[in-house]
Amino acid sequence: MSNINLDTDPERNPENPETRHAPELAKPGDVSHLSFAEIAAQGHGATRLDPDAPAVLSVDDLKMYFPVKSSGVVRRTIGHVQAVDGISFEVPRGGSLGLVGESGCGKSTTGRLITRLYEPTGGSMHFGEDRVDLAKVSNRAMKPLRRDVQMIFQDPYTSLNPRHTVGSIVGAPLAVHKVVPKDKIKDRVKELLEVVGLNPEHYNRYPNEFSGGQRQRIGIARALTLNPKLLVADEPVSALDVSIQAQVINLLQELQAEMGIAFLFIAHDLAIVRHFCPEVAVMYLGKIVEIADRETIYGSAHHPYTQALLSAVPDVKQAAVGGRRERIRLEGDVPSPINPPSGCRFRTRCHLAQDICAKVEPPLLQIGPRHKVACHFAGELGDAPRTPVTAGLLGVDGQGSPDPSVTPEDIATGPGYEKRWFDVKSRQMVSA
Amino acid sequence: MFAYVVKRLLAGVLVLFLVSMSIFLLFWYGPNEPARVMCDTKTSNRCNAERLDRFTEELGYNNAWYAEYGEYVKGVFVGRDITVAAQTTRCDAPCFGLSYKNGKPVWEDMKERLPATFSVAIGGATLYLLLGVPLGVAAARRRGTVQDKALVSSFLFLSSVPYYLFALLTWLFFSLKWEVPVIGDTGYVPLTESPTAWFGGLALAWICLGIFGCTQYTRYARGAMVEALSEDYIRTAKAKGLPTRTVVYRHGLRAALVPIVTIFGIDFGTLLAGTIFTEEIFDIEGIGLWALRAVGQRDLPIVSATALFSAVVLIMANLIVDLVYSILDPRVRLS
Amino acid sequence: MSSTEPFLVVEDLTVRFPTEDGLVTAVQDLSYSVEKGKTLGIVGESGSGKSVSSMAVLGLHDARTARITGSIRVDGQEVVGLNEAGLRKLRGRQIAMIFQDALAALHPFYKIGGQLAEAYQVHHPKATKREARRKAVEMLDRVGIPQPDRRVDDFPHQFSGGMRQRAMIAMGLINDPSLLIADEPTTALDVTVQAQILDLLQDLQREFNSAVIIITHDLGVIAEMADDVLVMYAGRGVEYGPGKEILTRPQMPYTWGLLSSVPDVRGDTDSKLIPIPGNPPSLLNPPTGCAFHPRCVHSDKVEGDLCVTTMPAFEQGNTGAGHLKRCHLRDPEVIFEREVLPVIAPELLEEK
Repeated sequence: MSNINLDTDPERNPENPETRHAPELAKPGDVSHLSFAEIAAQGHGATRLDPDAPAVLSVDDLKMYFPVKSSGVVRRTIGHVQAVDGISFEVPRGGSLGLVGESGCGKSTTGRLITRLYEPTGGSMHFGEDRVDLAKVSNRAMKPLRRDVQMIFQDPYTSLNPRHTVGSIVGAPLAVHKVVPKDKIKDRVKELLEVVGLNPEHYNRYPNEFSGGQRQRIGIARALTLNPKLLVADEPVSALDVSIQAQVINLLQELQAEMGIAFLFIAHDLAIVRHFCPEVAVMYLGKIVEIADRETIYGSAHHPYTQALLSAVPDVKQAAVGGRRERIRLEGDVPSPINPPSGCRFRTRCHLAQDICAKVEPPLLQIGPRHKVACHFAGELGDAPRTPVTAGLLGVDGQGSPDPSVTPEDIATGPGYEKRWFDVKSRQMVSA
Repeated sequence: MFAYVVKRLLAGVLVLFLVSMSIFLLFWYGPNEPARVMCDTKTSNRCNAERLDRFTEELGYNNAWYAEYGEYVKGVFVGRDITVAAQTTRCDAPCFGLSYKNGKPVWEDMKERLPATFSVAIGGATLYLLLGVPLGVAAARRRGTVQDKALVSSFLFLSSVPYYLFALLTWLFFSLKWEVPVIGDTGYVPLTESPTAWFGGLALAWICLGIFGCTQYTRYARGAMVEALSEDYIRTAKAKGLPTRTVVYRHGLRAALVPIVTIFGIDFGTLLAGTIFTEEIFDIEGIGLWALRAVGQRDLPIVSATALFSAVVLIMANLIVDLVYSILDPRVRLS
Repeated sequence: MSSTEPFLVVEDLTVRFPTEDGLVTAVQDLSYSVEKGKTLGIVGESGSGKSVSSMAVLGLHDARTARITGSIRVDGQEVVGLNEAGLRKLRGRQIAMIFQDALAALHPFYKIGGQLAEAYQVHHPKATKREARRKAVEMLDRVGIPQPDRRVDDFPHQFSGGMRQRAMIAMGLINDPSLLIADEPTTALDVTVQAQILDLLQDLQREFNSAVIIITHDLGVIAEMADDVLVMYAGRGVEYGPGKEILTRPQMPYTWGLLSSVPDVRGDTDSKLIPIPGNPPSLLNPPTGCAFHPRCVHSDKVEGDLCVTTMPAFEQGNTGAGHLKRCHLRDPEVIFEREVLPVIAPELLEEK
């Protein structure tokens, strides 16, 4: 979780740029000549979904297990932290997929897998038109691909090397990949600084002279230098002030519209994710428990974890109503990813859990044109089925024991959506 | 934790082997005529080529080095008999050989000198902490004030004075010029003989070491305290209503101690390995001076033994520091 | 022991720090009050002075360097200028403070139980070690930590984030304080854990009837928890009033900006996210006149250059009802309803 240390108490941190920076470090700051209407026109509503866009990234059954070594003279591997345990999703070209979940769910690890900061233990990550499998590619072959997949990090205070000037930070990718001749690098850097809303004349300054929001912009400029096709944004705004968060989100939306960049947006702030991402995947303990378009996730989530998550988000409308909403309270703590619960990983905290949940792991099942959920008792809030909806499909009875009289169906487990899906109300396969 | 200690000790033993082997090789392939010293001593300086050959043969330099090394190692564990110039000396375990200069088993001389070195080290190290830490804490609490700046700059001045000069001047004044009683009589007297004389003989050495070394510790302590005092848990402690003293010592110093202790452990080990200037100036027969002389006289067994001793001391110091660290900081788990 | 005024009254508080670059005014002319059993939410961003002002309530600033003027009265007793001994009596007893990052705010080398017992014993010197430990276990249980008798001997790093925060709350409440100040208590936590902590704070407030101040930048937390809201900008209060009022009928462009910058998880997806342009002001060289004017797009609605030359007074707006604002606009509620609301939350407009 973000370790926000906006330590702006001047007594303890008089050097903090938030309280000290000179106004000229941003672009012309006095906006009082603009009218509200003009500012409003620069703002954006929630990003729209383009249902026909092809996938720029197609992740299938991605796994990342970290070995746990025993102590003692000889270090044997005694277990694995199953940080990411078989997830599949797609990111459309020029679009965004939000990845939400709480601490330890594996979303940050997923981001690092996509950018190949880790090598996956299993699964595939097909990227681009050629559908190169990023999981199998060697480190060497990865180098040109890194131009297309870039990352924005969470903490603007620690993700920039304090000993490099802004110009060299932003220009480094250009130099490394030899995309632009050496004498043209400075111009390109200045261009990029301007694109992200910074004064291009400041390429010779050091990161500590900028505020948090400005530093995050520098990080974004660096990620943009090579015109990536996909940006993995790992909590890009959680360490920033509220008003700066909105500026950066706006900037990202503009960049997306102009440059057609796809985003894998990893965050824990459900409101921001809803604004930025037309599609959202919810993760829990290394698995995707629900993935759907925005309206479905936020309007009719079918997984009890998603429902609990949404009910926990405080919202400003509450002020009009007064008091606190009814919340779904989750009991207990998140289990250890080294020894996750059998069957459904969420069952230890789920009020709907029954025998089948411990015996059979629910598959990520498509239950709508753009909606998949991994739950035996998937249903709208307050309307959960009493018997498992997946029993017939999986060839088991209501308690999870194998039932020879029922033949299991072939459930599609790949990324992307099919034209046929399983309707939980009628318990039948239906087509578009 | 037990497994950890075992692992470290095994690694330590490996290091010891490597150290002793390296020194062995150094002398085997290093100086000309390694047997010269013994030849001169035994023949009352009437060493000629023929006698030199004989001694070279007897000391084993014509054999393969690993065979001799094997003998040496065996000697360390069970002792051996060494025959030179028709004299067989029994060298009991631990046998580090016979001194080329005086023919006595090295360990005997070493045994006599160890208590002196230990005494110097303990006294000096104690003063490092007793002087350095409180001063550092005081400076940290008054950070930025005139007192702090005065302390830091005066200590900077002090630490730029060469140690031997400082020690020499101290001795000249206290011992020679003013002839201060008890303390002025420098030199090592075993504790068992006379505690007062032991204390008095070493006092000046301790004071010099202490004052000189504490400048470093003041710096470390000050830095560690400044950092500890700026942590969030200090603010919490104050907000609980704790008295300032509790906040500074129980919360601040407790955290600052950890890096200080780490450095201290290594420093103590270094002190044990020998402090040459101190021993020379204050007339203390310790390991350091002895080792230095042996190098000059090319007395291999002594050099080898003192090098091994230093290695042992440093390995143990490192291990103890790591163990203490894990006790002091519950977040650290040894693996 | 005054019984006529609220438990905490802050009046014209000003806090300045000398730094290498000059005098920084972190808080200026700040006034607010909190009654027992009520919750005040203080909203602000970096440099707003929200944390500085609450640390002044406990006298936590370095007396040698900080220059504090004004009045802070706790249950009638004046805190500004109070000597260290007097302050120590208040800290952890009548007023308790909990902080943002529990991992950093708890001492890593001492057991949780020990730290709680210490908080108890400093104000109950006659208590034995066993009594203090028993009280610690009791508090851990009260805040919902399972197996408290075992976990009392754990170290902070052995707790999960949510549990650590609960432990810190337990430590703050162990002496039944009448005022609890929570500085960003849930910012570093997962959303479900955050909800649990907020629930806990509300339960405890009801049980102990304490006054609570929650300092945060999260408007959602404010909406759910705060009875009254104080919005701070550049060291000053810029809007103050009942929570419901402030969030549904705000009257100051900065507050509008905050509301526009925060997407609502249940709002219309066509609502625009409109960031406040520019950057937070420098506290060394604050802007002339109204500190917000360089970033305010509504200043054209004020005649002349009032916004640039004159600091607006903190006074009641047209809607009365204890709603104060610091702005020169004459009819902000009209502007809000006509211009701002349709863009940032059209669905709320329909509801009116």
